[in-house]
Amino acid sequence: MSVTEKEVQYIANLARLQLNGEEVKSFADDMNKILGYMELLNEVDTDDVEPLEHVIDLESRLRKDEAKEPLSHEDALKNAPDADSDYFRVPKVIE
Amino acid sequence: MTISETREKVLSGEVQLNDIVNHYISRIETRNDEINAYVATDFEAAKKQAEEIQKKIDKGEAGKLAGVVLGIKDVISERGKKLTCASKMLEDFESVYDATVIERLLAEDAILIGRLNMDEFAMGSANEYTNFGPVKNPHNTNKVPGGSSGGSAAAVAADMAMATLGSDTGGSIRQPASYCGVVGLKPTYGRVSRYGLVAFASSFDCIGPLAHSVEDTARILDVIAGFDERDNTSSQKATGNYVDAALNPNKNIKIGVPEEFFGEGLDPEIKEGIESLLKKLEADGAELVPIKLPYTKYGIATYYVLATAEASSNLARYDGIRYGHRADKEEVLDELKKEEEALRQQFESATGDEKIALQEQLTKMDSALIRLYKKSRTEGFGQEVKRRIMLGTYVLSSGYYDAYYGKAQRVRRLIQDDYKKAFEKVDVIVSPTAPTTAFDIGDKLDDPVQMYLNDVYTITANLAGICGISVPAGTHSDGMPYGIQFMADSFQEEKVINAGRLAELHTK
Repeated sequence: MSVTEKEVQYIANLARLQLNGEEVKSFADDMNKILGYMELLNEVDTDDVEPLEHVIDLESRLRKDEAKEPLSHEDALKNAPDADSDYFRVPKVIE
Repeated sequence: MTISETREKVLSGEVQLNDIVNHYISRIETRNDEINAYVATDFEAAKKQAEEIQKKIDKGEAGKLAGVVLGIKDVISERGKKLTCASKMLEDFESVYDATVIERLLAEDAILIGRLNMDEFAMGSANEYTNFGPVKNPHNTNKVPGGSSGGSAAAVAADMAMATLGSDTGGSIRQPASYCGVVGLKPTYGRVSRYGLVAFASSFDCIGPLAHSVEDTARILDVIAGFDERDNTSSQKATGNYVDAALNPNKNIKIGVPEEFFGEGLDPEIKEGIESLLKKLEADGAELVPIKLPYTKYGIATYYVLATAEASSNLARYDGIRYGHRADKEEVLDELKKEEEALRQQFESATGDEKIALQEQLTKMDSALIRLYKKSRTEGFGQEVKRRIMLGTYVLSSGYYDAYYGKAQRVRRLIQDDYKKAFEKVDVIVSPTAPTTAFDIGDKLDDPVQMYLNDVYTITANLAGICGISVPAGTHSDGMPYGIQFMADSFQEEKVINAGRLAELHTK
């Protein structure tokens, strides 16, 4: 399996990244190198193996339905690149 | 100075806390320009903290870590302080709450003196992928300190902190500990709360200590370990008696020696050094048991499928809307306008299939909001982070999910089963921490696969979720330190502390 430059552009769009022509090429190279290395996994017979999703046995737990102080409005907006006193601001979405 | 020595001197009144803080301030002032371990310091806050804690000491109310001066990896939230993850994406981000580990350290009167450099978003093995410039190895400043907790390891090695916190997703505490000649402990997944740790790969990430001695890492683990309801993967299992394991180690332990960790690729001097240290432990009363971990060789491939997948998902949150870097709106609009005009012009003069293709491109053009996300992320993330997001997005994308992600999850189980079987027979498993000593800065920058192979001995512990420690084992003829690693089953931190202490008795 080999990743084409077109696929790199498709993936970049999914990942919400912009790549210039040179980067598309170098990412395709890097990804092919790394994915090529990952081919190693095809040696392993995993037909009867369940996927491992949680590495430790976690007891399922419920918490009490109690109201707690959430992050304050002010703190939540503190790191916003653009906000007024109540909301995050974004560029106009409707054209 | 170690934590226990400090504690004794501080409690007896022999040393005042402000002297200790001033010592580290002067160390940082002398060494940090060269080493670049700290990215931010707050000396005034540290002095003020020292004053308050001194009062507590005088009243006999001091906490377990009174007088301990710590540096924190810049991936863990400290309320009111910058939290950058060494990324342009978060260069102006200020934490609005304390991580659980920070709350616990402060409750025991630790003094937090600064924030430590790292690979961007903890992705890297050499601390070269950082927005703040590379960290230098204090033993030789032409060499890397390892990564991603390179700042955390270098700060301890250069005596710019008594101990530090790092994070370990694939070896990021243990490998830099090995390269810098300090002790680094990666707890079991779920042992230490991840609340307030910026997520990289959530099924792997662990916070842990780096320090001058095994006992010191035990003393910090003792404070930060334990259940936290704010972390859904935090375990409710009782914590162990870590300090006691360091103070009174049992010499009659069973040490598993996996052949897979001593084979091809391992520096012969390191191999010899570890083997001779093991003979000494055997003479002390340990039993060396040859074991096999046949799935070890699939560790790196498995890890880089799963960790990049998780990273691509976790880092989707950086969209420039609620926090983090946002691209300039005018630039975004301008860029879109120009692209549209160019396409329209081509469209006018095109014919046939080309015209249809251009028509489609025009209808598929990014909206201003989508382009804002893209431009913000593209400007905010560094090259390695982008590489991993791309890989992770690829392995999760439609048509490839089962072949990569599903497959890797299955191999992950086989790797964990390897360890489970081995731990039925032995207390700990030993290995070198890394196949080589620290390499030259810039050496592996152009080859991601070579860079990833540094993690070959540490990564399977993260895949299996178990705990591990790296303890200095010796000095190579190249002048650089190297570490020995002990791993133990989940929630058996006492066993790695015990074994680590036995090794330390021969090397200190």
